[in-house]
Amino acid sequence: MSEVAAPTRYQVADHAPRTLSDFLLRWETILVGLLILTIVVNAILTPYFLDVGNLLDATFNFSEKAMIALAMALLIIVRDIDLSVAAIVALVSLTMGLTAKAGADTGMLLVVALGVGAACGAVNGALVTGLALPSIVVTIGTMSLFRGIAQVVLGDQALTEYPDALLSIGQGYIGAGVPVSFAVFLLLALCVGFVMHKTPLGRRIFAIGANPDASRFSGIPVARIRFGLFVLSGLLAGLAAWFLTGRIGSTRPNIAQGWELEVVTVVILGGVSIAGGSGTIPGVVLAVFVLGLTTFGMSLMNVPGIVINVLLGLLLIVVLAAPIVIRRWMAFRR
Amino acid sequence: MNARREILLAVIILALIVGVGIRAPAFVALSSLLGVLTDTSFLFMLALAQMAVLLTRGIDLSVAANLALTGMVVALVNHAAPGVPIAAIVVLAIAFGAALGLVNGALIAGLGIPPIVVTLGTLAVYRGMIFIIAHGAWLTSKDMSAAFLSVPKAEFLGFSSLVWIAAAVALAFWIYLNHTLAGRALYAVGGNPVAARYCGIDLGRQQLTVYTLAGAVSGLCGYLWVSRYGIAYSDIALGYELTVIAACVIGGVSIAGGVGSVSGALLGALFLGVIVNALPVINVSPFWQMAISGAVILAAVIVNSRTERRGGKLILPEARRSAAAVPGVARS
Amino acid sequence: MTTRTAETTVAPKSPVLSLSNVSKTFPGVRALHDVRLVLHEGETTALIGENGAGKSTLVKILTGIYTPDGGVVEVNGKPVSFRSPRDAWAAGIAAIHQETVMFDELTIAENIFMGHAPTGQMGRLDWRAMNERTRALLDTLESDLEPTTPVKRLGVAQKHMVEIARALSHDARVVIMDEPTAALSAHEIEDLYGIVDRLKKDGRAILFISHKFDEIFRLADRWSCLRDGEYVGDGLIAETTERKLVSLMVGRTIEHVFPKREAKLGATALEVADLSNPTEFDAVGFSLRYGEILGVYGLVGAGRSEAMQCLFGLTPSSRGEVRIEGAKVELTSPAKAVAAGISYVPEDRQVQGAVLPFGVRENMTLASLARYSPSGVLSPARELAETRRLGTRLAVKAANWDQALNELSGGNQQKVVIGKWLATNPRILILDEPTKGIDIGSKAAVHEFMSELAQEGLAVILVSSELPEVMGMSDSILVMREGRITARFERGKATPEMIVRAASGLAQEAAA
Repeated sequence: MSEVAAPTRYQVADHAPRTLSDFLLRWETILVGLLILTIVVNAILTPYFLDVGNLLDATFNFSEKAMIALAMALLIIVRDIDLSVAAIVALVSLTMGLTAKAGADTGMLLVVALGVGAACGAVNGALVTGLALPSIVVTIGTMSLFRGIAQVVLGDQALTEYPDALLSIGQGYIGAGVPVSFAVFLLLALCVGFVMHKTPLGRRIFAIGANPDASRFSGIPVARIRFGLFVLSGLLAGLAAWFLTGRIGSTRPNIAQGWELEVVTVVILGGVSIAGGSGTIPGVVLAVFVLGLTTFGMSLMNVPGIVINVLLGLLLIVVLAAPIVIRRWMAFRR
Repeated sequence: MNARREILLAVIILALIVGVGIRAPAFVALSSLLGVLTDTSFLFMLALAQMAVLLTRGIDLSVAANLALTGMVVALVNHAAPGVPIAAIVVLAIAFGAALGLVNGALIAGLGIPPIVVTLGTLAVYRGMIFIIAHGAWLTSKDMSAAFLSVPKAEFLGFSSLVWIAAAVALAFWIYLNHTLAGRALYAVGGNPVAARYCGIDLGRQQLTVYTLAGAVSGLCGYLWVSRYGIAYSDIALGYELTVIAACVIGGVSIAGGVGSVSGALLGALFLGVIVNALPVINVSPFWQMAISGAVILAAVIVNSRTERRGGKLILPEARRSAAAVPGVARS
Repeated sequence: MTTRTAETTVAPKSPVLSLSNVSKTFPGVRALHDVRLVLHEGETTALIGENGAGKSTLVKILTGIYTPDGGVVEVNGKPVSFRSPRDAWAAGIAAIHQETVMFDELTIAENIFMGHAPTGQMGRLDWRAMNERTRALLDTLESDLEPTTPVKRLGVAQKHMVEIARALSHDARVVIMDEPTAALSAHEIEDLYGIVDRLKKDGRAILFISHKFDEIFRLADRWSCLRDGEYVGDGLIAETTERKLVSLMVGRTIEHVFPKREAKLGATALEVADLSNPTEFDAVGFSLRYGEILGVYGLVGAGRSEAMQCLFGLTPSSRGEVRIEGAKVELTSPAKAVAAGISYVPEDRQVQGAVLPFGVRENMTLASLARYSPSGVLSPARELAETRRLGTRLAVKAANWDQALNELSGGNQQKVVIGKWLATNPRILILDEPTKGIDIGSKAAVHEFMSELAQEGLAVILVSSELPEVMGMSDSILVMREGRITARFERGKATPEMIVRAASGLAQEAAA
């Protein structure tokens, strides 16, 4: 005979109640607001801004970075980082240049780009997951190594022999004036977004970032997934390199210099927490647009790139500081 | 273990020097070695500053931007008012750099924003501000007063003033980290933040101190850099922050916090400094520098991780007994 | 069963420390309610109670980690309020925790003096004074550890020694020890007892938490008992017996607590032979039938969780064989174990079991995601249905199924974690300390549930450090110590004393 009461049946609602303020305070909503603000401000300051053709052309400048940002987002979600992405672009571009010189066609160049990129990613992944090394330091090392190799082989030369087909893809459009690279980015964003938000793999990736130990104990192959994400990062860097090389038409050792920090900035602005375990792909896409259009608008006003960076740096800090400051101010008033 | 690692590193550096010297005897000439030492001074000072930050489980990606901006500021001051005494310029450089560092510290300690994000932001802002305040112009040695340019050229007892300054900074850090409560608190905070809190150590205050300190050192190096190379523009020391972190990692400073020493930072900086200076001497194109740096960083990280104890928990008595047979630990 | 004569009864002195009406509440759990405690100089008091009774919370209030929501803490008759552990140290209260809270990379001397190191001129750290004072402290403890040894090279017993030295460095008048001998060998335990005696002679008040009755009767002068966060009594050790203490702790006779129903034993589900790991456990072997509950008892650090985690595929084994329903299996990863029908609910709920930022539904479905995505796409409707089913069955209390787990009480978090593993439809379920640190109502629910599962034909392994739980729920009991199985008992054929002795390595006495 048990003295324990029979378990009570609790009333548990299916979902959390959704309030308007919850929706308004979501990171994505704030980003949409920021995007609208960007468009409005730029439209006022520059007459050429709202031209659809111009806007679509603007995407050339950020589509390759955006592809890399998709992979970087996943890595940051699992509490890793890949600072070697720009260097992988350089190395891939170098390999493309060499194989193009040897007569490879555009399709072959794509295979080379993806292959070399994936291989670089695998090196990162093996060091981080196989030897349990911190990813920030490993990728600082591979960043120097990969770009260093490019420097050694190229010296201060440039490779410029690329098939016309590659150039027309990198600089070209598919129907209605939409650049190929932009279309590919959107497609990738859709795929990655789908996987992350609608499939078991995506759930597992978020779990690893939220609690790697509990994920391991729950039967999730943590090391294997992390390795895969590094390979993905290399793969997308390779794809970006394929487009970038076609767009620029040449390879120099300083190609994509400084991109790694820009990509990390985009991802964090997109709402992905540097602590891991949270973030959304739509958020990252919105951040890509916000940063991309801001940069475009300012370049239309002939603001030098380095000054644009000031704004981006301030934006990053303000956007992260604001919620904290507001929360404290509200708590103070209570 | 740490001592053993550092000795190993020192031996490797010596072996490098000897090896290069065999190929190019001019390298081991005194003047050449002194040149290496002088060259490495910047990296060493910045590595010390970065180490203090890394000890607290933080990171400062803005050190090079700070250096460049402060350098530009003092160069502009000097250009506008060449009569200002150099001592004042130096003080201004340190103070301005410290102020830039304080901004980092305040955002990190005050608002709790992760260091990597804050310093990523200030990195961009500080670099951009160089362009803005100089209106895109470059300042070269002809825009700087003789006094301004004289400091790095000065020598004392055969060593460049840069080496002496670096030595002074190293001494200051050594005293700070090994002989003051505040310095030891950094190791506590990075080693076990919870335990440190229980001991009454305030993480926020430590962070504020350490980022301001890093900024001050960056500022000082800013003046020295600009006057040594006779140039100030927005791209000086571009990307150098990663070289500084590399030097720290090679020198055994842990990216996870709580571990690091002045001697380690010195060895890490020397290692990279020797490589950078040795390559041209043995006719290896300077283009190899990056690749070698990268390989060395990877090797250092791998070796570092090997020396940490791996393996399962010690539960079986026989396992505990064999692990307890460690020299230097008396049986209790 | 040991009893003490009255010869060492001490005359009551003014209390060094006294708590009255102390309460502490966390969201969803009332950890302490109206608790009192009195400590005298030169006396050792044992704080006893089951897991979850509130002992740890009480210690954390005494050491300044928590502030009480109500009540008064008085030191030497004066009320005090601790806002941080530093205040507690200043008041002369120091604790030695189960898991040492130390700076591994720093030396013994630095660990002892961090935060209150001796300084010389101009605020310079006085290393020499620090090392000398450390040497002196270690000498009083008769330890020959070197002050300049980095703490990471020390074993558990040595680290405890350093913590005691740290307590002495604050000139603690009240020394609190939380399960001090949990991971020590017999020899080290004797050393510790000697130290406790010395501290007592010095006139310090000692409060220690322990589950080991022989230790309680050996060391303590007084006892104080908590149950379900409330004070239920105190008194002299000399005037009580183990049986009385156990019944006070548990509050009811054992048979009534645990709703163990008779389950029909089926075929052999699991056979483990000679499972070993180089440093963690050796020659672990047992067999388990469907419908059976196997209890695995042992003190903290006995190697039980490690053995179970190896069985579940989380760590590799150096030798041994595992058979499920007679067929040999290689369980080299948790995924393979789950596929073979074994599930493991981990011991450390917050780190290993629950993904705290996730909601109830996301946690519940984490180990069985394939079931809700027949075409590769996750179906929220299926997830919700399963969550509802298990959540209701386990009586999870939450506002909604998406509520974040870190907003739920420990007991409800544990139910969700158990639910996660039930969703994988296991045939063999391993529960590692499933009721550690949760409220009594949830505990009862978990036990009820375990019985139901056994009745439904699951094979259940229950790893637990709570003697009443193990004795009340198990069909057979394994006892482990220092990585090996030291005893096996059938239900009803073992007394608490026999089990405790097997777990602490003391020889079995002839009938007491």
